[in-house]
Amino acid sequence: MHRSTRTRRLTVTATAGAAALALTLTACGSSDSDDTADSGSSNGDEEITLTVATFNEFGYEDLLTEYEDLNPNITVKQKKAATADEARDALRNSLGANSGASDIEAIEVDWLAEFKQYPDKFADLTSDSVEGRWLDWKTEAATLEDGALIGYGTDIGPEAVCYRADLFEAAGIPSDREGAAEFIGESWDDYFDAGKEFMASSDVPWFDSAGATWQGMINQVQNAYEENDGTIIATENPEVRETYDAVLTAAVDENLSAHLGQWSQDWTDSFQNDGFATMLCPGWMLGVIEGNAAGVEGWDIADTFPGGGGNWGGSYLTVPSQGENVEAAKELADWLTAPEQQMKAFAAKGTFPSQVEALDSEELAAATNPFFNDAPTGEILANRAEAVSVTPFKGPNYFPINTAMADAITRVDVDQTDDADSSWEKFVADVDALG
Amino acid sequence: MATTTRTPAPARGNTPRKPRRIGFGERFNRWDLKFSPYLYISPFFILFFITGLFPLFYTAFVSVHDWDTIMGQGTYVGMENFQFILSSPDFWKALRNTFSIFLLSSVPQVIIAITLAAVLDQNIRAKTFWRMGVLIPYVVTPVAVALIFSNLFADKFGLVNDMLGTFGIDPVGWHKEVLPSHFAIATMVNFRWTGYNILIFLAAMQAVPRDLYEAAVIDGAGRFRQFFSITVPQLRPTIIFVVITSTIGGLQIFDEPRMFDQFGRGGADGQWQTLTIYLYELGWTQGDFGRASAVAWLLFMLIVLIGIINFAITRRISTSGDKR
Repeated sequence: MHRSTRTRRLTVTATAGAAALALTLTACGSSDSDDTADSGSSNGDEEITLTVATFNEFGYEDLLTEYEDLNPNITVKQKKAATADEARDALRNSLGANSGASDIEAIEVDWLAEFKQYPDKFADLTSDSVEGRWLDWKTEAATLEDGALIGYGTDIGPEAVCYRADLFEAAGIPSDREGAAEFIGESWDDYFDAGKEFMASSDVPWFDSAGATWQGMINQVQNAYEENDGTIIATENPEVRETYDAVLTAAVDENLSAHLGQWSQDWTDSFQNDGFATMLCPGWMLGVIEGNAAGVEGWDIADTFPGGGGNWGGSYLTVPSQGENVEAAKELADWLTAPEQQMKAFAAKGTFPSQVEALDSEELAAATNPFFNDAPTGEILANRAEAVSVTPFKGPNYFPINTAMADAITRVDVDQTDDADSSWEKFVADVDALG
Repeated sequence: MATTTRTPAPARGNTPRKPRRIGFGERFNRWDLKFSPYLYISPFFILFFITGLFPLFYTAFVSVHDWDTIMGQGTYVGMENFQFILSSPDFWKALRNTFSIFLLSSVPQVIIAITLAAVLDQNIRAKTFWRMGVLIPYVVTPVAVALIFSNLFADKFGLVNDMLGTFGIDPVGWHKEVLPSHFAIATMVNFRWTGYNILIFLAAMQAVPRDLYEAAVIDGAGRFRQFFSITVPQLRPTIIFVVITSTIGGLQIFDEPRMFDQFGRGGADGQWQTLTIYLYELGWTQGDFGRASAVAWLLFMLIVLIGIINFAITRRISTSGDKR
């Protein structure tokens, strides 16, 4: 009995130990073998299956069905990741293993630069049919030095300020759209001062989270973390430190923040509990608010944004070159990002178009959102997009550095395990460790 | 033992063939005896080689290189990755968290499991119902468990803090402070694994000879005396098995801490970042397989080390048991 136990134990230990290591490597394996198609291009009528990997909400469900109806020989499957981070990890995996990537992979702007380091892994999507389709800066971000285009733009995230009109009114502050926009003001100082004024006559915190506010502020800085040549300057850049201090002073010292971690359970719940009065809202956030705050009346959108315009997020569709149907995938990506289709996605999930033609369309100008007190969302977001004057440089290390920064702010604002200085030191250590 | 005595047949006609055939048959018999057992167990070892041993050594190979997730192998860097890991405060923090969560989950788990198993071993009504009932949490996927529990343990609007509030206890920062977060994660692990261990203990208890209990009853031993003097000593090998499997599981804990908040990186200050989460962070968020593999090897060596310690303790327990 003892002997057999011992033998079993050793085997179990060894197997389990190996399994732990296998963790690092097995995940590289192909996760999907949907591609039953054979040859390279999409000429003719052979039956092919295309996979499209997206995250959060792209609003593609109906569009993909429509594409299948237009092209009877093509079946399209969507693979949706819950978060952008998850999608990024999965794409890294399949590019590393050189198999398992979907025919079309959606990429978020924050980690686009990281993948631009591997141009061989993506098909060049340059084509006459997409010439001038997008805003210039949107296209530039996905263009390589040699002119190759690795991604077709989908949406952008022009930011406005969403606010609770009912709470404004209760605090004796103008609650109509114009009045609120004026009250919120033009600069970050104005925004924080307005918060102090609001909280003088209300118990509700002014904004949801210092981390979320940070996103709005840092997206207005041209070279926050890296020089254009990729040199990391995050820890020495005085602008980063000033912004960091400003947001934490407002959030913690002046207590304007609800001290919630964005996307946390508490954050989601607080929409139902009068958790905060304002939040920064890019176009794609409208759907999130509507979902979390279902049944709550009083949300509205102010046509203003502190510190000039700001863009938060927005995505691209890329075609990994490892796929078997690169040409067919390219055609689908082309079709999906055409202005007409993007408008349908906007109607479905509020993903604000990056396509010039869609931005100028009457349909967009006339779009309203009943949940936000019938606010003319199309018009407001178009104004906000126009106000964007800075295209922040996001190099290969933007994503990990910004993640470290988000942690640093969370430590002070939400966890309160550190003060601003000690948390900054940890941020510096994290950035140095990226090496 | 396979060879039987063979009378030499008189050589006639095609007789040369005959001994050869017998010879082959014999040799085959001998091979059969010698090698078939190995053949029969080979599927395990072949699989083990492919899925266990090969990744083990390949990870060692990766860990001494500069290795990008996408670009693959870079230059040979020797022990640099290990140096980086061992000098990183994050690693030591992750090690602390792993052990803390492991102790908070395994120790109460074994104690509760063995106690409940003893209760279920008694003559109670609807025995099968209760016995199968304890397994229900095990059927639920860890991710679903984590979702429900992270909701219960939400800092501001969670049920647990609400209930504490009714007793006048200040809300606990389940996602902010180190020990409460470990406690919350350990609760998920216990919820899921206690039932499984109960069944293992229960099966072992039923194999305990009943005459031991009868003798004890005649000698006037009460329930508790029976439990500590008969059940627990008789269960020793099973306890050892459970302790070892929960050690391995505990040191590799991943799902629960990963699902504990919205980002899955183990907290902004690494409050509940375990070794496997740290490994994942290095390998995927930062795209450095070299460093991630180094962590994997350190984790492996740690498990082996604890295995050896377990082994030593186990031997002592079993010899002392034999003497008695």
